[in-house]
Amino acid sequence: MIQTASIGQRLTLLLAGVAAALSVLSWGMVTSLAAQAAARTQDNVLAASATTIAETLRSEQGEVRLELPYAAFAMLGAISEDRVFYRVIAADEVLTGYDDLPAPATSEIGQVVFDTGQYRGAEIRMSSVTRLVLAGMERVAVTVSVAQTRDGVDAVTSDISRLAGLLSVAFFFVAVALSAIAARLSLRPLNLIAASVSRRGPSDLRPLLRAAPADLAPLLDALNRLMERLRLSIRRSEDFIAEAAHRVRTPLATVRTQAEIALRTVSDEAEKERLRRIIRAVDESARSAGQLLDHATVAYRVEDLARDRLDLSDLARQTAAALEPTAAMRDIQFTLDLTPAPIRGDAVLLDSAIRNVLDNAIKYSPEDTTVSLQIVLDAAQARLRVRDQGTGLGDGPMDVLTERFRRGGNVAGVVGSGLGLTIAAEVLRAHGGRLELENCENGSGACVSLVLPLV
Amino acid sequence: MRYLLVEDNAELADGIVKRLAMDGHAIDHAATLAAAEDCLAVAHYDLILLDVMLPDGDGRDFLARSRAHLETPVIMLTARAQVSDRVGALDQGADDYITKPFDFLELEARCRAVLRRRGGLARNQIALGPAQFDPAAGTLEHDGQTIDLRNREIRLLEIFARHPGQILSKAQVMDHLFSYDAEVTENAIEVYVGRLRRRIDGMGFRIETVRGLGYRMDTDAP
Ligand SMILES: Nc1ncnc2c1ncn2[C@@H]1O[C@H](COP(=O)(O)OP(=O)(O)OP(=O)(O)O)[C@@H](O)[C@H]1O
Ligand SMILES: [Mg+2]
Repeated sequence: MIQTASIGQRLTLLLAGVAAALSVLSWGMVTSLAAQAAARTQDNVLAASATTIAETLRSEQGEVRLELPYAAFAMLGAISEDRVFYRVIAADEVLTGYDDLPAPATSEIGQVVFDTGQYRGAEIRMSSVTRLVLAGMERVAVTVSVAQTRDGVDAVTSDISRLAGLLSVAFFFVAVALSAIAARLSLRPLNLIAASVSRRGPSDLRPLLRAAPADLAPLLDALNRLMERLRLSIRRSEDFIAEAAHRVRTPLATVRTQAEIALRTVSDEAEKERLRRIIRAVDESARSAGQLLDHATVAYRVEDLARDRLDLSDLARQTAAALEPTAAMRDIQFTLDLTPAPIRGDAVLLDSAIRNVLDNAIKYSPEDTTVSLQIVLDAAQARLRVRDQGTGLGDGPMDVLTERFRRGGNVAGVVGSGLGLTIAAEVLRAHGGRLELENCENGSGACVSLVLPLV
Repeated sequence: MRYLLVEDNAELADGIVKRLAMDGHAIDHAATLAAAEDCLAVAHYDLILLDVMLPDGDGRDFLARSRAHLETPVIMLTARAQVSDRVGALDQGADDYITKPFDFLELEARCRAVLRRRGGLARNQIALGPAQFDPAAGTLEHDGQTIDLRNREIRLLEIFARHPGQILSKAQVMDHLFSYDAEVTENAIEVYVGRLRRRIDGMGFRIETVRGLGYRMDTDAP
């Protein structure tokens, strides 16, 4: 599977990018607004100060007089520590103040004008206002200029800008954290769907009915359609196997039935023997077909093993009950000594393992004997022990009996395909257990144990 | 016993009907589910033998549909040896199943097991002198006491009960007693007859040896 960046990462990254852009933008805006506001404040105070001084202008004996009101400078001191300069010019003559201040832009009478310039090595802002004062018979234009350096204002602006910068960075980090959470939250429905699909058993192909956000509906639909197709195709192949078995085994059943009828009606011993051979051949091929099919089923089911909670004693009891009539035909009785044993696995497979072991015990024991089933538990394992009173498994190596198509030397005329123990061993191995073959301690009979891990 | 056989393969059905008739059973045959429903509407059966694959549907579906109002026990005939199929058949209300091809002795054994499990059904009792023999349940009643017979004993007794007073050859007895795939000697028959004699001792009937010919049941013996 090719992995691309996860949706969560992409979403987080995208949201973080947006947050970064917004942070920078807001920082810029705050900074420029702060600068504007500081400049406007300075302008207003400068204007007020110039106007206040101009207000004190009067004429005394034909001379223009003024008082420099303290308040006019106090105002300026209030906004910053910046240096303040002033100058009053009456009819092109400096009345008072710093006469080297730059000349103001010309303006109409009574109008406050502002200038920005250099003075004594610093940038200054200057406001000027011109008034006409009646001095004697003359009207004299008096221009009052008040100037202030801009260091204080710039300092305030950069303070605010720094603060705004810090806030923006903080905002950015909070936004990133929030977008990570948001990404996770919005992916939750998707994760829930994924979890509910992966929690399912291998054969659970029912449609998903979980409620999902509208955006996920197409995904859910597609998933359900895929599941439906899978179910159909599995069903088709199962149907195919069933159909194939039906086609092979129904004619075999016809042959066997007719042979039985013929056996009842003929009396010639040689003919009877021939009919018995036919029946045996039918049974052999039916058994082989059945065991091959079971073996194939086991092979495909262990690929994706179901892990249901089961009780080994229930399974043993059910399988024994199903085989009881078969055992009764040979007057063989089961004795059960079972204790509950919780295990995990596939009931169908375990049933077929137990069935094959019991089938052997019935087939290879003499009539009118007992087959005992016992469960023994130890700390980690459950052991289902099946003992019979037959001839036992012989003296040779026993492991080979679990090989495919391997039959023992004791089979003499007993129908079989040599796959029974193969199936049982494969099922147990898939469940993390094992099949143990031995002869009973007391000398006669086989003792076959199905060992499974307990949960 | 009265059977209903639902099986679409004509040759197999014909064989099963003949073979069961040889054991003294009555069998009606239906080739489709529709025909089976017609039969069930007009007659009472002790047991239904139901094929899984039928032309007008799946036997298991039929069973699931009709189980609610159907009291008759059902044994499914399946061609699949697959375990999941067996489980499915039982889940859907079948009493048991048997895989084709089958040994009729096994079919009989399974029918008997099902009928015993179900219990309470009207049964055909056969009077053997003062004793009552129920071959379907495998019980023998005498003097207010019921004993359960073992499989071979039931079969052996049934052969004699169905041919009262007749001489049966060892070969005839053998055909009824053993599966055809088993190798048996005539000695084995003597063993079983001996055992059955001990079981029925003092019940007012007995099995005599007719030298050189075989055996005969005598129900008038004291
Ligand atoms: N309980 C037993 N007693 C004696 N021999 C046994 C027993 N179980 C297995 N065996 C021997 O092990 C061999 C392999 O058994 P397995 O079940 O695999 O094959 P099978 O019974 O011959 O055929 P089938 O596939 O029909 O079961 C048998 O042929 C038999 O010789
Ligand atoms: Mg076997």
